[in-house]
Amino acid sequence: MGLKSNLHSLKEKYSGTKMAPAFNALHTFLYTPNETTHNGSHIRVVDDLKRTMNTVILALVPCLIYGMFNAGYQYHVALGEIVRADGFLGASFWTWDNLVVGIWQVLPLVIVSYGVGLLIEFIFAVIKGHEVEEGYLVTGMLVPLIVPVDIPLWMLAVAVAFGVIIGKEVFGGTGMNILNPALTIRAFLFFAYPTWMSGDKVWVHGAVERSQEIANGANLDAISGETILGSYAQNQAVVYDYWDMFWGLIPGSVGETSKFLIIFGALFLIFTKVGSWRIILSTLLGALAMGLIFNGVIDAGWIGESSKFYGLMSVPFWQHLIIGSILFGAVFMATDPVTASQTNKGKWIYGFLIGFLSIMIRVFNPAYPEGVFLAILLMNVFAPTIDHYVIQGNVKRRMKRLKVKTA
Amino acid sequence: MGLLSKKDTKLITDPLTDNNPITIQVLGICSALAITAELKASLVMGIAVLFVLGVGNVVISLMRNIIPSKIRIIVQLVVVAALVIVVDQVLKAYAFELSKTLSVFIGLIITNCIIMGRFEAFALANGPWRSFLDGIGNALGYAVILIIVGFFRELLGSGTLFGFPVLGDPIEQTGVYASGYENNGFMLMPPMALIIVGLIIWVQRSRNRDLIED
Repeated sequence: MGLKSNLHSLKEKYSGTKMAPAFNALHTFLYTPNETTHNGSHIRVVDDLKRTMNTVILALVPCLIYGMFNAGYQYHVALGEIVRADGFLGASFWTWDNLVVGIWQVLPLVIVSYGVGLLIEFIFAVIKGHEVEEGYLVTGMLVPLIVPVDIPLWMLAVAVAFGVIIGKEVFGGTGMNILNPALTIRAFLFFAYPTWMSGDKVWVHGAVERSQEIANGANLDAISGETILGSYAQNQAVVYDYWDMFWGLIPGSVGETSKFLIIFGALFLIFTKVGSWRIILSTLLGALAMGLIFNGVIDAGWIGESSKFYGLMSVPFWQHLIIGSILFGAVFMATDPVTASQTNKGKWIYGFLIGFLSIMIRVFNPAYPEGVFLAILLMNVFAPTIDHYVIQGNVKRRMKRLKVKTA
Repeated sequence: MGLLSKKDTKLITDPLTDNNPITIQVLGICSALAITAELKASLVMGIAVLFVLGVGNVVISLMRNIIPSKIRIIVQLVVVAALVIVVDQVLKAYAFELSKTLSVFIGLIITNCIIMGRFEAFALANGPWRSFLDGIGNALGYAVILIIVGFFRELLGSGTLFGFPVLGDPIEQTGVYASGYENNGFMLMPPMALIIVGLIIWVQRSRNRDLIED
């Protein structure tokens, strides 16, 4: 109870002083209501559902803020107005101009995501006659982070409606869904509007309009905003170095670029015991294993440089973790307590296969360079099966032990 | 009600609503998923099944007393196969483009569970007239769902109906496309047909709660 009691004593200590409201607010935010959840799969967590959700949202906030700055930064870099930032604290990154563009682009995504999602939750709550569930709080925060910055808002609204209704409400609402709703929304967008979800024109704000103007004869430089995965898939040279990838100074979906802040969020989730460290770790191990296999294939010389797989296969195995959104998926998506495996052994298998399949899809299907969301959705479907066999295995082992004892 | 008695009318109307072969019995799903990306194909598929099931039910019903029960499945298959080949040849002769779109799925009417199901469950035990009505009713029930699914998939997926661009031209950016609307590519994929059928089932069962089974 370390954090909670500390915070409580701080609250007592400062009561009556100027700082009291701040501690009270923090305490209320984190620890009220002091109830445990009584239904849905969140019942397995001792905390109240709302508190679990708040913790995840807190872990996501740095990614969101960074995503706003990055949206503006990529835009200004692409226009050639500013130089590339050197490192996380680079002078041209944390500027007011970048933030303004970022807020202007990212905030509508957040508003649409929450507005449409909560509206549908509300309608279903009225129809079904239960209280509004907080289940959408985390999904609504995740959705803006996993879409390209320029996605048209109406598309996002359609996808959110689809994801919440088909992904969640038809199964019985929060805690009953088979698939992760945020990823269902992304999958819908990806298959419904592929031109807005992949390619080199969607990851940097303004690139689409600019390419249209150029097509109409305007004398402008095209913005190329290819992601690193996209470049590798086409066997092109990558212009970003490893530190850029780690700090997140690269184009990509809004919140997935900064590996540094995702690791920060991961530590927060593990520390508060909201996210399962087993799933995070095993996902990364799975990804490394698949990366090693591919590196082995390259070293053995089975795949020549002319192969279309060469670019992605020859990526050093550890580098797979800092390109694309495998880390974001492992930390915030795979650990979703509703759709993941519930048994400890099951979590290892579940996570490992997510990482393994992510890299496999990433390499083998250049049309889906981002295989992480497909791998997680696939394993979401198999999570109950994994749990079933783990539990059956336990039952069998104990039966055997019982027989030995009684015999 | 001069032509049909009340009982006979029910043979046709029941499969359209409360005993629909697709949404209630969940038969014939494969073709409902595979060929409903275009409304025209859905309609032709519906007509093809209407012909095969209507005629087939009558033929089986006429032979019902002379078919040895041990080999009845084989006899049924022969009847369906013969009728399906007729449909296939007619389509190839008069609507070649369409028959290419439908490709193997016309041939696969033979394996459509609705047809074998009606032969087994109805035609083997009833007279030709009632069997005919039952066949027509079930085929219509099948066709209605196909057409609903085809309507939404073609409208939202390609922006056309029967091939006519009702929503404007996506390349010239006219009609609704001028305001930034785009076709939903997901609609053209079979999973979306499954989801639309699911939504129809949902709507139907929430309107008629008797249909909900535990």
